[in-house]
Amino acid sequence: MSSNSVHLEFDVVGNNFVSAGSASNEVKGILKQLGIDPLVIRKIAVAMYEGEINMVIHAGGGRAIVDIFEDKIEIVLIDTGEGIEDVELAMKEGYSTASESIRNLGFGAGMGLPNMKRFSDKFELESEVGKGTTIKMSMLFPE
Amino acid sequence: MKIVDVAKLLNAEIVAGDATKEKEVTCIFASDLMSDVLAFARDEDVLISGLSNPQLVRTAALLDMHCIILVRGKAATDDIISLCDKKGIACLTTKLGMYEACGLLFQKNLIPNKAKSK
Repeated sequence: MSSNSVHLEFDVVGNNFVSAGSASNEVKGILKQLGIDPLVIRKIAVAMYEGEINMVIHAGGGRAIVDIFEDKIEIVLIDTGEGIEDVELAMKEGYSTASESIRNLGFGAGMGLPNMKRFSDKFELESEVGKGTTIKMSMLFPE
Repeated sequence: MKIVDVAKLLNAEIVAGDATKEKEVTCIFASDLMSDVLAFARDEDVLISGLSNPQLVRTAALLDMHCIILVRGKAATDDIISLCDKKGIACLTTKLGMYEACGLLFQKNLIPNKAKSK
């Protein structure tokens, strides 16, 4: 087990598009300071940003817990929103349940979850309708 | 090409991030869908969009871009301007449509991304 160097927790506020993305931007800044490879930082920042946006749009907000280890980062996104009825369908590129007003903001293109999976080395999603969704992502830092 | 020259070419106004206007840019991504930008942008330093909300700036900042260009006469909101100034991202507004803006920049050898130029 690698030693834990940084532990961070963020409240993601639902339906607030002004603050949406601030947590991932902060994590990005910390990874930069730690000297992580910029391409790896980009993958992590994009995946976490999509997760934040998803919580803002669909779940009325949630919590992001980030642990940065020597060799990897682990991001856990927890919400108590409506949950996802059909996870397989939600993972398909282009599938979205976002409203017209969300689409007008440039989101709801059905790329959020696929992008999160694409940019993660490990991706786990657990969801229960009416209870919420938990997503665990981890990305390795190349040696 | 410097951002200030991009502004001249597109008859655009620099409404935020004035301190960044002398920066050289080479690669451009254009889209109204931020998830597509996040999925497909690689090393572009300019983002052209018809979208006018803070998420445009957040997306550009996340991808280390230096400039956003709002097309179709979209005005930059106060949120956009303050976030651009904070992040050091130049914000340009032009009345040109996205196609015309992209065409003019492409003619000046601003490319989609560095990987494609190889």
